[in-house]
Amino acid sequence: MAKIRGSIVVDVEKCKGCEVCMVSCPTGTIAMAKEVNSKGYYNAYPANPELCIGCASCAIVCPDGVITVYKTKI
Amino acid sequence: MEKELRLMKGNEAIAEAAIRAGVDGYFGYPITPQSEILEYLMEANPYEKTGMVVLQAESEVAAINMVYGGAGCGKKVMTSSSSPGISLKQEGISYIAGAELPCLIVNVARGGPGLGTIQPAQADYFQSVKGGGHGDYHLIVLAPSSVQEMADFVELSFDLAFKYRNPVLILSDGAIGQMMEKVYLKPQKPRSTVVPEWATTGKGEREDRNIITSLDLDPDAQEQFNHKLQDKYNEIRKNEVRYEEFNCDDAEYLLVAYGTSARVCQKSVQIAREHGIKVGLLRPITLFPFPSVRINELGEKVKGILSVEMSSGQMVEDVMLAVNGKVPVKHFGRMGGIVTTPDEVVEKLKTLFIGG
Amino acid sequence: MKEATGLKEIIKPENLAYRRSDVILDNTFSYCPGCGHGTTHRILAELIEELGLQPTTIGVSPVGCSVFLYHYLDVDIQQAAHGRAPAVATAIKRLLPDRFVFTYQGDGDLAAIGTSETIHACNRGENILIIFVNNGIYGMTGGQMAPTTIPGMKSSTSPLGRDVKTMGNNLKMTDIVATLEGTYYVTRQSVHTPANVRRTKKAMRKAIEYQKLKRGTCFIEIVSNCPSGWKMTPVESNKWMEANMFPYYPLGDLKTPAE
Repeated sequence: MAKIRGSIVVDVEKCKGCEVCMVSCPTGTIAMAKEVNSKGYYNAYPANPELCIGCASCAIVCPDGVITVYKTKI
Repeated sequence: MEKELRLMKGNEAIAEAAIRAGVDGYFGYPITPQSEILEYLMEANPYEKTGMVVLQAESEVAAINMVYGGAGCGKKVMTSSSSPGISLKQEGISYIAGAELPCLIVNVARGGPGLGTIQPAQADYFQSVKGGGHGDYHLIVLAPSSVQEMADFVELSFDLAFKYRNPVLILSDGAIGQMMEKVYLKPQKPRSTVVPEWATTGKGEREDRNIITSLDLDPDAQEQFNHKLQDKYNEIRKNEVRYEEFNCDDAEYLLVAYGTSARVCQKSVQIAREHGIKVGLLRPITLFPFPSVRINELGEKVKGILSVEMSSGQMVEDVMLAVNGKVPVKHFGRMGGIVTTPDEVVEKLKTLFIGG
Repeated sequence: MKEATGLKEIIKPENLAYRRSDVILDNTFSYCPGCGHGTTHRILAELIEELGLQPTTIGVSPVGCSVFLYHYLDVDIQQAAHGRAPAVATAIKRLLPDRFVFTYQGDGDLAAIGTSETIHACNRGENILIIFVNNGIYGMTGGQMAPTTIPGMKSSTSPLGRDVKTMGNNLKMTDIVATLEGTYYVTRQSVHTPANVRRTKKAMRKAIEYQKLKRGTCFIEIVSNCPSGWKMTPVESNKWMEANMFPYYPLGDLKTPAE
């Protein structure tokens, strides 16, 4: 059966590390970076990219619109 | 096409002239002595004829902000009120000046301060010319002294407003607003379809969006902007001074008066000359820009200047600045809504300058 | 642009599932991390793009955190004096009736100084959209109490919590405007979870489309957070909002057109 797999792209420098995407992600794909970006925020990133299903929950709830989402059937 | 001759109140003349000048919108609120402007427009219902929007706002504050919105769209919009209502509009007026928007504000002034009286006064000179609202800005201020000028100044105001992207104030008073005189009205002009390139009308085909704002948190940019405004006001001072002179050629004493006081002083000049005193009158038509240069010139020739205003003395300060100490300048005027009589002015002139 | 990416083989143009609208300009929002303003801007921008309204939109921004709306949305915008946006929008819509006109206001703007303009524009049924972002506090000026601050809620001007006896109850503007004949569609939504974002987008789409009908004012309140003013993390603030704000400001449609 075809599975839907996703991949997100986070604009690291625009992310403000609010963590709302992380708590909205249904699969546990997202975590916050261990190092800050140049603005001093711990930005979000796809820590477990293989779990991503491309639902775009993270992207649509992101206040700064820093996430772009791709998805495909595999 | 011919001009139409009518007998009208000053307030009505402004309203009718606004319709004929192709004004796009009027936003007002009732207050004595100018409610006829709104009433006339509501009765005339120009929306049917020209598409002119007429709206009674919920307050003078709302009205001036409606003017801001309409002006931001590049439309010819106006409001009117009287002294206390004009006080309410000051924040909005400062915003309009700061955003460099064209518009017309009409003040049919009454006695103050506070709720004051409904009788005419000229105690809003400082408010009109020196500020009123916060910040470094100026309104172009026109002072009609007849019903004809009430009508003519509407189109002139919008010409000036759009030429300089600046608000214009017609400073009238309750006497001129209420009195009835003959007025020649121009034929109906169609509303303009020209859209200024800075106006917010929807991006349309434009590459860039237009923004109407008076905010800039960068102090360097804000200083530059203030310089730009000052340069504009200097241009206005250079190009737009308007005044009228009566019997100034051989005058030994000069009266300076605007609006209703100028009407009174015209008679005073006549009376004084009958008593052998050579008096002239300079009537500023623009209070900003003030005819300082001309008053300075006349100050060289006369022995004394009397500023006649229905106030405690506001314009007199600008007359003093204009002559810079060269000649004595004094003020005379009744307050509380009382209009001076021509004889009173002549008596005061004699007492103050001629000693008896 | 420095990016953190997932599985690279999936990142192909034909696989694009979601991207930020082009109506959002490339400037970084000045909003605090996790603030609902950004999310609301994005929803509005997406709808303007999807409905083809970018050429005909004129927005009015307030005084408050979102004064700089015009730096973020690529549409014509007028910045209005505090509270006066509905009056400004009234004139714009009456003079240019075929444009899409909206105001975007915070709770100080709409429910304190602008109460009169809000009520009267709605009462006249001006054919505009009023977007009301309510986070129960004055964000821009440093966290003071707002008319919409809920009882007991602490702020810099109610350090012991809002005392109903001396400061009154929280003002429910959305409920008030829903009682006016002039409003056509009144709703209250939030943007703190993906599901709510989707519901808000649906509601806002209706509100925008209704403007063409010219049947009155559409009013959408977004109950939102202020992590900085409330002195919480963004995630905490969303939880606190659900537990404490929603009982006073329940989500849902308050007034729908009689179909």
